[in-house]
Amino acid sequence: MTHLLGEGILKGMAETAKNFFGTYVSKERLTTVEYPEQRIPTVEAARVFPFLVYDGADWEAGLRCVACQICEKECPPKCIYIDKSKDKKPDYVGKQQFYPARFDIDVSVCMSCQICVEVCPFEAIKMDNEFELATSDRFGGLLYDRKQLARSNEYYHSIHPTEAAEVDARLGEEKAKVEAKARAAAEAAAAKAAAPAPPAPSAGGGS
Amino acid sequence: MANTLDQIFILLRNWLVSFLPAALRPAAGVVLGVIAIVCVFPGLFALTTVFERKGLGRIQNRLGPNRVGPYGLFQPVADGIKSLTKEDIVPLSANAAVHFLAPLVLVVAVFMGFAVLPMGRNMVLVDMDAGLLFFFAMGAATELSVFMAGWSSRNKYSLLGAMRAVAQMISYEVVLLLSAVAVVMITGSLSLPAIVAAQNTYTGIFPHWYIFTPWGLAGFAMYAIAATAETNRSPFDLPEGESELVAGYHTEYSGFKFALFFLGEYLAMFSISGLGTTLFLGGWSAPLSFLTFIPSWIWFFSKVMLSIFVFIWMRGTLPRLRQDQLMNFAWKFCLPFTLLDLVVTALWRFMGEGWMRWVVSTAILAAAYVLMGRFGMRKEHFGPRRYRYAE
Repeated sequence: MTHLLGEGILKGMAETAKNFFGTYVSKERLTTVEYPEQRIPTVEAARVFPFLVYDGADWEAGLRCVACQICEKECPPKCIYIDKSKDKKPDYVGKQQFYPARFDIDVSVCMSCQICVEVCPFEAIKMDNEFELATSDRFGGLLYDRKQLARSNEYYHSIHPTEAAEVDARLGEEKAKVEAKARAAAEAAAAKAAAPAPPAPSAGGGS
Repeated sequence: MANTLDQIFILLRNWLVSFLPAALRPAAGVVLGVIAIVCVFPGLFALTTVFERKGLGRIQNRLGPNRVGPYGLFQPVADGIKSLTKEDIVPLSANAAVHFLAPLVLVVAVFMGFAVLPMGRNMVLVDMDAGLLFFFAMGAATELSVFMAGWSSRNKYSLLGAMRAVAQMISYEVVLLLSAVAVVMITGSLSLPAIVAAQNTYTGIFPHWYIFTPWGLAGFAMYAIAATAETNRSPFDLPEGESELVAGYHTEYSGFKFALFFLGEYLAMFSISGLGTTLFLGGWSAPLSFLTFIPSWIWFFSKVMLSIFVFIWMRGTLPRLRQDQLMNFAWKFCLPFTLLDLVVTALWRFMGEGWMRWVVSTAILAAAYVLMGRFGMRKEHFGPRRYRYAE
């Protein structure tokens, strides 16, 4: 089938004309989201930049980070700077731990790879979905200290509910395990102190 | 009332000039006309840039610029300020004088073309007997400026772009001129106001525009194709094909010189649309006889803007041609077809009134179009390209 010269051009012109007039008629054609005024909610898995999780009301006391410095070592672009504290404070299970006297992340260097989150054994660092990080100060403004990085566990729940629930379940389990062990140890000690009776349930503390 | 509105610019000019001594009046009248042209068309250019971007956006189901001012209408102001504040870079090894002159030559040459365009009843700056010739002479000068820009930049992309531009413009200039010659054959005059006057009559309510004759339609189609190529618009925008040549002949231009090139390009579009309107679409005459109460200049500018819309529409639709396709199309299709159109025009002229000439000329042109489309533009062969000289 041979076509007349220019037939395809007319067909194409009809198509673009349909687009041109169609956008004035049907709003579904215009997929543009006019960003600063219109926003679409970010998907749950969105991740931009890390933050430090804290439990309770006081960010400084509740920080989960124990300054183990694994993330600092693993960070590919080396954008995390940690100073370990001299003293210790109790962590979520009550164990005495170091805490970060300084915890800085350079936003301009971070590449959002999430490796720090993956290596953290304490569920202390997580990814935020906040993406409007622009600042007018390109030196100090881009180096976030631990206060700027601290976010409550409730905030974590609000941005990544599924993941946060998993984390909480895991931490709760560990805490329960530790508490049961402590209780068992206490009971054993109490029993030992009470009477030199036959040692009763030494395996009772396990789960 | 309608007549006053129709002649309002002429009356305004005469009123302004009447304050001067009689000896200065003719010169002052011309200066006022020049000022009007130099203000109106760049203004239209500014509006066209934003409408083009919005139109292209709509064609691609986007919104287009809508941030600066209401509906993005102040976008050209922002663009102008940006291009004025940018650094004006002249390459170290460029020929500075020619590099500087090229955009000026382009803009001046394009502006000259407007001098002979009748933009309304009595609204022509210079009523030249050979206005059409003058217009084409000025149009040819733009090729010079393009080559000046490409050559003086001392950059391979600029030079390639300029060479492409010159090859393309010269090829299509032939078609452009010959399609205009058909009109001259019928009208018997090179004066543009005379050509409009010849079309400004009506049968019943329908006008005698040349596009409504077989030869005129064919001539207009060829004129439109050649005009698109002359103004380097898509799909004939090879000279500035950004995917292969960065920006073509104005690669090395920045700041306001680049803006001047941009301006020159759009002004060329306006002037060539204006000429097409004058030659084939009845210039400033109304499309139906009972619409003559609307001022003539409104008709002229609406026809020009309609042509600009079609330019933008084509840009949003068609992909860029390849250089060999471009040349083949010019020399193997457009030129023979335009020459045939001249023959048909002559037939039309000498067959006299009657329905016979309609049938004969339509039959000849339609048959030629179909046959040339089917056999003339057929691809010779497929397969790998053989390089005859490089082996």
